[in-house]
Amino acid sequence: MIQVKMTVNGKEKSGEVEGRTLLASFLRDTLGLTGTHVGCDTGQCGACTVHVDGVAVKSCNMLAAEADGASVDTIEGQAAPDGTLNAIQQAFQDHHGLQCGFCTPGMVMSAAALLKDNPRPSEAEIRFHLSGNICRCTGYHNIVKAIMAASGQDVSAIAAE
Amino acid sequence: MYMNTNTRIIAPEFDFAQPKSLDEGFALMDEHGADARLIAGGTDLLVQMKMERISPAWVISLARIDELRAITAGKGLSLGAMASIKEVSVAAPVKAGYAALAEACNAYSTVSIMLMGTIGGNICNASPAADTAPALLAFDAVAVVKSARGSRRVAMADFFAGPGKSALKPGEILTAIELPEPAAGSGSAFLKISRVVADISQVCVGVSLVRDGDRITDCRIALGSVAPTPIRIAGAEAALGGQKGGDAVFDKAAEIAARDIKPISDARASESYRRHAARIIVRDALKTAWQRAAEGAAK
Repeated sequence: MIQVKMTVNGKEKSGEVEGRTLLASFLRDTLGLTGTHVGCDTGQCGACTVHVDGVAVKSCNMLAAEADGASVDTIEGQAAPDGTLNAIQQAFQDHHGLQCGFCTPGMVMSAAALLKDNPRPSEAEIRFHLSGNICRCTGYHNIVKAIMAASGQDVSAIAAE
Repeated sequence: MYMNTNTRIIAPEFDFAQPKSLDEGFALMDEHGADARLIAGGTDLLVQMKMERISPAWVISLARIDELRAITAGKGLSLGAMASIKEVSVAAPVKAGYAALAEACNAYSTVSIMLMGTIGGNICNASPAADTAPALLAFDAVAVVKSARGSRRVAMADFFAGPGKSALKPGEILTAIELPEPAAGSGSAFLKISRVVADISQVCVGVSLVRDGDRITDCRIALGSVAPTPIRIAGAEAALGGQKGGDAVFDKAAEIAARDIKPISDARASESYRRHAARIIVRDALKTAWQRAAEGAAK
């Protein structure tokens, strides 16, 4: 077993993992942070997206031991402690940016990473950035709208359906 | 043959190490030999381990060896093996002097995979479809390979030994990829055809040429997903050397490339489609590189 320590959503966490333990499993099964979803498990769908030292990564495709010492942010750390949604989450709600919700944690985390680097992305930049996040309800237009809105931009130009 | 298609977990157990220096890494590689696999970004290896195509007893991560991440420009360019595809794609010297490589990195799956995947992992995985390979072949890049016993340089053209097989010997670690300084009047381009952006290529091409007025004085053409390894097409290169640039010779070179590749039919594309598509993207990449070479000369 390997001892790992990481800062998860600002709190020190530690645990014992096997070499084969995926970061997604450590977050979900050991820490109980089940907001990080596991969809395809082959690095394609993006539902498991979290930030490791500020970089958006697919946590099903990283060993927990590789994140030892890192700062990890998950969907659970996005809202304020009193439950107030952050700007991206609120925009997803306002613009109906989710249907079944399975992909949403990954979408929000990918969007957060995009807006950190590029505070006013174009629609094309948003779509390119989200190409690694798959929504099986195919509600992409409203997801793009939500991210445009969260970055303080006009959403009226985006296709309606 | 039994094939585990459950990708939820990695079923086989293994030991894991994260050396902090190359020397520590060499010692681990020498100790565990063929039982060990190096992990870089993990975007290929972990999926293969989940599917039990590979079940190493040891997994050795290169992520904590800081010197492997550096991208340094001097005479030419050195890319640390652990530089991420994203880091390579946005590096100023890559964008300025090696357009085909920047384009290959931007065509490399999706943003999150670009952030995790590394340039060294992409070529050590030795997939015939590795996006960066045709670009690196077109620039005549050299792999810098080190072990406890010393270091050697392997021309990119000799690096790929077969599907999933590289020229690395037991105990060796790819530390950097070096690209020579582009000659005056150089232009390059990379094109890829895939079903959606997240897919690996059905066919991809990297070209680099040197233009002197209306003549092509040097040229390299490399393709991916058309043979057991990424390959250069000597016949197509020879058809261009010393010729006047233009649609006629670019069409001729593209025809030769489409004829000389050895594509297979698989789930992604048929052999005939690959030959057809190869002819088109080789021609288009040559036109773009030719145009870029002129723009470079004008500056």
